[in-house]
Amino acid sequence: MCGIMGLYTKSPDLEQNLGAMLSDMLIQMTDRGPDSAGFALYHDPVNEGSAKITLQGDDDVDWQVIRDSINNGLHSAAVLKPVANHAVLTLDMEGEEAAKWIERNLESVNITSVGNSIEIFKEKGLPDQVINKFNLASMSGTHALGHTRMATESAVTTEHSHPFSTGLDLCLVHNGSLSNHNQLREKLRKEGIRFQTDNDSEVAAGYLTWRLSQGATLNEALEAALADLDGFYTFAIGTRDGFAVLRDPIACKPAVLAETDDWVAMSSEYRAIAQLPNSENARIWEPEPARIYSWERD
Amino acid sequence: MTIFDLGDSAVRELNQALHQSETQGADLRVTNPGGKHNVATGADVECNVTIEGHVGYYCAGMNKSANIVVTGNAGPGLAENMMSGSVRIKGNASQYCGATAHGGLLVIEGDAAARCGISMKGIDIVVGGSIGHMSAFMAQSGRMVVCGDAGEALGDSIYEARIYLRGEAKSLGTDCIEKPMEDEHKAELAELLEQAGIDHSVDEFRRYGSARQLYNFQIDNVSAY
Repeated sequence: MCGIMGLYTKSPDLEQNLGAMLSDMLIQMTDRGPDSAGFALYHDPVNEGSAKITLQGDDDVDWQVIRDSINNGLHSAAVLKPVANHAVLTLDMEGEEAAKWIERNLESVNITSVGNSIEIFKEKGLPDQVINKFNLASMSGTHALGHTRMATESAVTTEHSHPFSTGLDLCLVHNGSLSNHNQLREKLRKEGIRFQTDNDSEVAAGYLTWRLSQGATLNEALEAALADLDGFYTFAIGTRDGFAVLRDPIACKPAVLAETDDWVAMSSEYRAIAQLPNSENARIWEPEPARIYSWERD
Repeated sequence: MTIFDLGDSAVRELNQALHQSETQGADLRVTNPGGKHNVATGADVECNVTIEGHVGYYCAGMNKSANIVVTGNAGPGLAENMMSGSVRIKGNASQYCGATAHGGLLVIEGDAAARCGISMKGIDIVVGGSIGHMSAFMAQSGRMVVCGDAGEALGDSIYEARIYLRGEAKSLGTDCIEKPMEDEHKAELAELLEQAGIDHSVDEFRRYGSARQLYNFQIDNVSAY
């Protein structure tokens, strides 16, 4: 079991409160996922040609050393903002190229996200502890995804926690379990997709990355996922401009969608949505199996 | 009128009251359910419970005798294994509502999701809207009335439950077939619609049930066992 959620603001007034709203939702999903928690926030986009990369290290990582190594290695003037054992790196170069260099040269850090506005923070522990560690309630943004994990398929570590990044400004959270992930991971590795863990959800993320790199739109990639991913899933997928939700055709894993004039929210259960302002007047419905729901900024 | 504000008090206090003989004949109002689980489960006395808002998993499970109304939506497992009494949802219900239920009346004024009435054993279910896939799977007895459409594999492996469907089924499950609407069926359907307070002409419905080819042992098939 896991708890997943997505929150998308339609009114700019809510952007300042996005982290606080997501915190309340994550706390409600503690029963569904007490092992670890994580979240992706979209905010403060960097300029075209620049990139934002979230790094994760041990609790005693020396971020100054990491920053200097990156600046020396990449001849850049990167700015690095530590947030507990994560740090948000902004630099004036193409994100994928920088990420490749970091993966090759810096063994002490992992990359949790690469893009223009995405930042991903995740950690072992109760949602409450993870929220406090990163001070999520103080964070702002246009939209966010969250996950509380009760592991079924692989180990409980920070690297195995969600969200999983699926390429530039894309990430995925998953409730369920995939049964063909080993076979699919091997296939995707041959196509050049890199994996950090043996986690099944990371394969779903990698699958979408691969489809998108082949030129598919997000909707096309999700359509293809319905045919190629075998197992149980409710996914929430974050994009630079919005988010999408998909349930497998059997739809064992729960999902609720809700919309008001000010926000759109998705969660495994209504009690997470009940925390949001004016939720009592929201339009609420259960997403249908095998149907793609998506919201995007114009 | 007794009020339980679930914003302040534990669900367990409410459910405890629903077991106690002092609650017999009482009217209970439940406020701020906030999607909580197990609201008004295990009721064991005749009483009226109105829940104002949306509930989470397993609302009204194992209900015996109580009449429970939810003004909002219900999460998965609504009225699971209900024995008697009634449950009415003004909004929509999530998956497997009325599963394995032995008796009583379950009314969903909106839609019910997948696996509605799975393995039902005597309950009557009336849905004002549509139902999801695999509904009435292995339904043993009782009646299901659906005023909208049904998802894939309606009544798969059905035993002796009766299904009345006003709209279209995406597909019928194995061993589920359409059957003629005789006067006795129209009469029982009219009674169920009246009990549910839903107004449709019985002539708009079709009846589905078991072809009885699947669950009887057949000597011709002995080599397959």
